[in-house]
Amino acid sequence: MLLLEFSSIEHYHAQLQQEDITCELAVQHYLRKIRDRNHLNAFIEIFETEALEKSRELDKKRISGEPLKKLHGVIIAIKDVICYKDHQVSAASGILKNFTSIYSATAVEKLLSEDAIIIGRTNCDEFAMGSTNENSAYGKVLNALDETKVPGGSSGGSAVAVQADLCMLSLGSDTGGSVRQPADFCGITGLKPTYGRISRYGLIAYASSFDQIGIFGKNIPDISKVLEVISGPDEYDSTVSHQHSYSCSVPLNKKEKIRFAYFPEALEHASLDTEIATAIKRFIQELREEGNEVHPISFDLLDYIVPAYYVLTTAEASSNLSRYDGIKYGYRTPRKEVDLEELYKCSRTEGFGKEVKRRIMLGTFVLSSGYYEAYYTRAQKVRKKLVDKTNEIFINFDMIIIPAAPATAFKSGEKTNDPVTMYLADIYTVMANLTGIPAISIPLFRHSNGMPFGLQLMAKRFNESSLLQSAHHLMNRKIVS
Amino acid sequence: MKKEYSEYETVIGLEVHAQLLTKSKLFCGDSTAFGLEANTSVGPVTLAHPGTLLKMNRKAVELAIRMGLACHCEIVKENYFVRKNYFYPDLPKGYQVSQHSTPICRGGYIKIKTGPGEKRILLNRIHLEEDAGKSLHDIDSENTCIDYNRAGTPLIEIVTEPGICSSDEAFQFLTELRKLVRYLEVCDGNMEEGSLRCDANISVRKKGETKLGTKVEVKNLNSIRNVKRAIEFEEQRLVNCLENKEIIIQQTRSFDAGTGKTFSIREKEDAEDYRYFPEPDLTPFHLSDEFISRVGSEIPVLQDKRIEKYTTQWQLSGYDAEVLTEERDFADYFEATIKYTSYYKPAANWMLGPVKSWLNENKSEIKSFPLKPDQFASLIELTETGKVSFSIASAKIFPLILKDGSKSPLQVAEENNLLQESDVSSLKPIVDEVLNKFADKVKEYKKGKRGLLALFVGEIMKKTKGKADPAVVNQLILEKLKSE
Repeated sequence: MLLLEFSSIEHYHAQLQQEDITCELAVQHYLRKIRDRNHLNAFIEIFETEALEKSRELDKKRISGEPLKKLHGVIIAIKDVICYKDHQVSAASGILKNFTSIYSATAVEKLLSEDAIIIGRTNCDEFAMGSTNENSAYGKVLNALDETKVPGGSSGGSAVAVQADLCMLSLGSDTGGSVRQPADFCGITGLKPTYGRISRYGLIAYASSFDQIGIFGKNIPDISKVLEVISGPDEYDSTVSHQHSYSCSVPLNKKEKIRFAYFPEALEHASLDTEIATAIKRFIQELREEGNEVHPISFDLLDYIVPAYYVLTTAEASSNLSRYDGIKYGYRTPRKEVDLEELYKCSRTEGFGKEVKRRIMLGTFVLSSGYYEAYYTRAQKVRKKLVDKTNEIFINFDMIIIPAAPATAFKSGEKTNDPVTMYLADIYTVMANLTGIPAISIPLFRHSNGMPFGLQLMAKRFNESSLLQSAHHLMNRKIVS
Repeated sequence: MKKEYSEYETVIGLEVHAQLLTKSKLFCGDSTAFGLEANTSVGPVTLAHPGTLLKMNRKAVELAIRMGLACHCEIVKENYFVRKNYFYPDLPKGYQVSQHSTPICRGGYIKIKTGPGEKRILLNRIHLEEDAGKSLHDIDSENTCIDYNRAGTPLIEIVTEPGICSSDEAFQFLTELRKLVRYLEVCDGNMEEGSLRCDANISVRKKGETKLGTKVEVKNLNSIRNVKRAIEFEEQRLVNCLENKEIIIQQTRSFDAGTGKTFSIREKEDAEDYRYFPEPDLTPFHLSDEFISRVGSEIPVLQDKRIEKYTTQWQLSGYDAEVLTEERDFADYFEATIKYTSYYKPAANWMLGPVKSWLNENKSEIKSFPLKPDQFASLIELTETGKVSFSIASAKIFPLILKDGSKSPLQVAEENNLLQESDVSSLKPIVDEVLNKFADKVKEYKKGKRGLLALFVGEIMKKTKGKADPAVVNQLILEKLKSE
């Protein structure tokens, strides 16, 4: 048995070139690990046969002397909200059980065209709605560091797949922190790119003006490579920017002077775990002592952002999920003798899970006449204010430092019956989605409770280069010190 | 009209949906061709598969602007789409993507002819939206079937102000509108196939009232005539209601063309809440002045401008001008023809006579007319220069060159020996022969019976099998008679 210790794509490619390993061996290794740790429930389905076939094909290509494509043989898992032609996709929902996609997401097409191997689809909260990965029609996902604890959500399966070495990298989706928070809970790195960086075509929508495909990995150079591959204009998504392109050729260790800002209100917030607060404050102090510019910025919108986020995302979700009506595809109630309205009601009642139904109802409510102005319109105003404020901050600063989550991973079932508390825990992540800016969570610390945590960096729109440079620097700085 | 009806007036507003003549759908590349087998033009976007997004069809925006400019509308430069949320099986996404607060065109008008003269029917707006699929209730005895081919087809909705006062005005308006969309190549205007659809909002009130009466909306009007019939039925029904002191209920009604009656399909008391909000999958779009003026520059010359030109520059009658310009392609063909000949009136006669009959007989359109305008012009020249008589040209040469366009009309005339005889030396002996034969008639003529001239001409034409040039023959006879 070959022991493969994956550290980076670069190292892996070197190993392949030196013929220390093959893609097939790598796939076999990961398939074995997935089977061994099946109880974590990170995967909904493994594409075993085709992953093996693809690996053999790649080995042949490489041995015949073909140059390696950017993601040659890189083993990637995708969240079950990303469509892959002729493969099932369900958004972890009963309403799409046994549904097979008839097309591939643009991001998937791009991965495949650079010779990545997609090893399977990962578990998540139903329609990406949740922060614990407990709202899945396929059951909860366990945190590999402490199996009594949640991995975070909604991309819990993708996070655990990287955390537990079940793949090299994975794709998730981030509507309000669904990549950054589970990355934080699992001790890995999770990037939410700028809204408009990666095509959303083929990403099952939760809230269209917030959703963005995100990347989980163990190091910044790998994330940077995958970002370069899957980003860029797409004729199927008109919200993707045509003006900005991301290139991983910009060296990550380029030392630029970075001006950091942080919000004292965020670090003093009542919901924030004191140990996390202390660690981040100490970290900021260290950065200063090392000669960095780090300034406190007053931010008085903190308490408005979670309500605004939930009003707007549920509004969009209530409309996005209307297509799951039992008529064209997906789940339809087995009941006979029902009229059209009953057919809708039964199919949707039986097909959707509790949290999804809650958000559809919330969203329908905030868009209803009589309430529209009080909720939807006001939330839009908050969003606008937030965008203005963020733009203002980035005039004088390059990076915002903020916690990723108010606490470390907690016990499964602990907050299941308290949705509002759960929603409020998104306080640090939703800002990036409301404003469309890129953000990343990086693992830096370990809590006295044994769980990992880190911090979050946010940069100006389309400034992933700086974001990843800073993240790379801060992560490696930790190792040095 | 009975006495009580004359005390009331009708107020009508029309909502017309026109399918745009784009090759692909409003938000994806699926074809919009009509008559395809059910559910064959339905990609993942049309079917609203999970993860699909929308991409704006630029051509549709152009066509909407073209229509707006032709209707004298203000073009709204900052546009965005909204979602109109409702559940219906033929609506794949569960919402229709439409324009709500930013219709691409505002205001404007379409001129119609009325008894006393002209009237401007004011428009409220023209906006872009997508069509739904089609529910088919009569294919299966137990199930409703749905054909999604139509889903996502680009539409413009043209909404008038409630300024139409009679079924005749509505008829005129729709006739003009249909002509206009065809002229502009915005829509094929085919009401039977549903590419042009009309809903009528109708209310009645006592003359002199300023408040509008309760309106009813009539749907399923699949021809202009049926719009007129439905309005006529409704205005009587509504007046009868008022006369009988019944309360008019705001409702949506359908028209049954078989009985000529309308019937209620739903009451509008609890109006649906569509929960409109901006479509996040499409970025708002800005229309630049350059773009709008480029679209404007592509608008063809419309009928009224053409009529003006035809009657002044080319001295045609109002009637000729009107009929020639009824359809743009027909008028274009006429105009192309008179680039090669300045016999305008004869060209008009040819177009409205032989050409129109041929098109009708062959159920064909001018677009597929086999003669090229220059060929056609040379046929006209042939008759006007006296080489061939009109009757021979239309009865013999015209059908021949329609069948085989490889030869010029002159060649055809020559080969078939159809050229008019205007050579004096060859006609003179025939004139002499005929006048000798009818010596007694010549005497009568000389006594004053001038009408006999036609008889002599007729005889000569008979002898020459119609090929003699009547003008030359006339001249020769008169000279001969004078000299005797």
